Amino acid sequence: MAGIATKHTLPAPFHEYELDDAFDEMVDGGGAVRPHYRHIYEALRELTGEELRRRQQIADLSFLHQGITFTVYGRDEGTERIFPNDLLPRVLTREEWTRIENGLTQRITALNLFLKDIYHEGRILNDGVVPREIIYSCKHFRRQMRGLNVRNDAYVTVAGTDLIRMPSGEFVVLEDNLRVPSGASYMLVSREVMKRLFPDLFRKCGVQPIEHYSQALLSTLRALTPQGSPRGTSEPTIVLLTPGVFNSAYFEHAFLARQMGIELVEGRDLVVHDNFVYMRTTAGLRRVDVIYRRIDDDFIDPLAFRPDSSLGVPGLFNAYRAGNVSMANALGTGVADDKAVYAYVPAIIKYYLKEDPILDNVETYLMSDPSQRKHVLGRLQDYVVKAVGESGGYGMLIGPHSTAEQRDEFRRRVEEDPRNYIAQPTIRLSRAPCFLDGNVQPRHVDLRPYILFGDKVTVVPGGLTRVALRKGSLVVNSSQGGGSKDTWVLD
Amino acid sequence: MLSRVADSLYWMSRYLERAEHTARVINIQLNLMLERGSQSEDLDWARVGRSLGMEQSGEDDEDWSAEDLAQSLLHDASNRSSIVASIVNARENARQVREQISSEMWEQLNRLFHAVRRSSPEVWDSRDFLQSIKEGAHLFQGITDSTMTHSEGWQFIQAGRYLERAVAVSTLVGAHFREFHQPAQAGSERVYLEWIGLLRSCTAFEAYCKAYTADVKPERIAEFLVLHPSFPHSIRFSAEALETAIKEIGREAGSRRAARVERIAGRLRATLGFSQIDEIMSGGLHAYLHELLRQCGQVHSALYQTYISYPIEAALEA
Repeated sequence: MAGIATKHTLPAPFHEYELDDAFDEMVDGGGAVRPHYRHIYEALRELTGEELRRRQQIADLSFLHQGITFTVYGRDEGTERIFPNDLLPRVLTREEWTRIENGLTQRITALNLFLKDIYHEGRILNDGVVPREIIYSCKHFRRQMRGLNVRNDAYVTVAGTDLIRMPSGEFVVLEDNLRVPSGASYMLVSREVMKRLFPDLFRKCGVQPIEHYSQALLSTLRALTPQGSPRGTSEPTIVLLTPGVFNSAYFEHAFLARQMGIELVEGRDLVVHDNFVYMRTTAGLRRVDVIYRRIDDDFIDPLAFRPDSSLGVPGLFNAYRAGNVSMANALGTGVADDKAVYAYVPAIIKYYLKEDPILDNVETYLMSDPSQRKHVLGRLQDYVVKAVGESGGYGMLIGPHSTAEQRDEFRRRVEEDPRNYIAQPTIRLSRAPCFLDGNVQPRHVDLRPYILFGDKVTVVPGGLTRVALRKGSLVVNSSQGGGSKDTWVLD
Repeated sequence: MLSRVADSLYWMSRYLERAEHTARVINIQLNLMLERGSQSEDLDWARVGRSLGMEQSGEDDEDWSAEDLAQSLLHDASNRSSIVASIVNARENARQVREQISSEMWEQLNRLFHAVRRSSPEVWDSRDFLQSIKEGAHLFQGITDSTMTHSEGWQFIQAGRYLERAVAVSTLVGAHFREFHQPAQAGSERVYLEWIGLLRSCTAFEAYCKAYTADVKPERIAEFLVLHPSFPHSIRFSAEALETAIKEIGREAGSRRAARVERIAGRLRATLGFSQIDEIMSGGLHAYLHELLRQCGQVHSALYQTYISYPIEAALEA
């Protein structure tokens, strides 16, 4: 397969669509368009470049007017940027999706059992399946959660798991985001825009809906209502807790709160009295039952965690421990998306569910293991090295695109603190067609579906497809020049 | 409605009203100074500062030239009374509650903010700038009234606007009377211009002429600006609009603790509603205005204690 270059074999606007050894979502190994991309391919051939550009403009304006921006950290005040959205949808067949859905359901079920176990008896540690020191040395392990019972045992209520597609076409899990995953609002907004721009195509393809995400999220949160809440589970008070307008994901917080019809609150809107949480309203204090929190563990309660946090609510953790309020996600879930723990997830699934994992992991080397470390440090140019507690594309080295200096720097860091790093082989992510510079070109993509775990597991079909918009780039994070596109799962 | 949201809407509105008022007062002052010549400029600007409620300048400030003071009132973001500080604060409050106001409101306020940040003309070239502030604030008010639901949040906007206006007009009238209502000055042409300036600073000149003709008498001006029942910049009108807003808030929020703030706002309205100008003048206008300002302060505090920063215990009783 390697090295097949079929330049100029497709007609306009695909004349610059080059294939290489990465899996291509639209074109198969023989250069033929895959059946589930047929409608889109044909529609694109009929539309002029000018018409496509016009629709791209409509889409961009619509994002701008809705204020769909994100903040880039580490620069000046005026760094609110529009989230780049690619015009062409990424398409998955029902069969592909069913496998993903089953795999994600299996994974979140096992991870929730794992979290309950390590914060209670620790059977998996006693049985030696996961080494004790990896858990206790994890910076997201919260000893405060030991022995605390979480409503419905739903530790991870909302997960945004990143999947990538190997050159073989197989989907594997790149990382689990189990703390405060974001991006669901982009998925919903970009679907709205696509429906307006390509109504015909949408109808012809038969796309499975995702619009019920907000409703499903609300029911999931409702299922967490503490026992003994005065209004019962029918009319609980649910709030979305945001760090405030300066947070990079504020748009999403406001969007989801509005879609669910719940109050968007900041830490200073909440007070704790006698282990109950209230919000300050003009009508007086109102008891809060469930908090969908979009603030990290560290900042949630200055009395229990970081004392310098001004975003959180003093006393919230005590109210939580008393069972008078639920939080989604529970505190301490970050221990399960630590990248070193990630390496054990296949074993975790087998341990609790007695099943083989449906979705595999990417091959991962633990730098804390001397022989694995020696192997990787000897050929750093072939590996991606990641800090275990980071996300968003920060704190990583991409071997093939690195300089000798950067590699020396990382070698030094890894040797200083091996527990803090893992390495993975550089993977050619699959590629999907994107509308760039007036024609269609392939770019690398991943896929982030959103998984809800309340009284049942819900995965809305699709998710956020993130695109590395720079040619040849493998980094899809929005902070590093990435964009997004709509994801269609066909019926 | 969240207390924080009410707080932001209230202050957004107060700051914008303040920016508009300041722009109008400075604009009128520039006009007057053209008539008067330059010998008394320093005194004039100091008085403008006082009539806008800036603290009495201490001895340190004596190096300040009149020009500096004027410039500071326009563009100095660190001067809390300046136009730019008021616009920045109004926008900052709006930004905190962007989801609660209409997009049109946000866009207009944002436009005003960028306009203020972009240009900072010298005092004597600032007529267009001041005009654009006034128009921008009027436009925002119109957009607010026609695009936002007239429910609790809007009532907090109303309350903020009219409380700010009552305070601003009381302060302005007081400063003017202290300066110009002296027997020695009666009838002089220069003072005549000042009285017209006062009316214009409250957009009241034409309305005054319709009621009393252009015969300018201090008592009548005081009566018009303090007690007129239906002129929108009179103190009485503002107090009535304030009370209406506060009653509506009480109704919408359904708070058990609303009675106190309604009583205090009602007393302010009644004080103005049952006053007569001859009694006010004979009892001392300054004492009267001082009392009004005190009551405005009470309304503000009571509004806060009832809806925004109430103690937890008070809200839990029942």
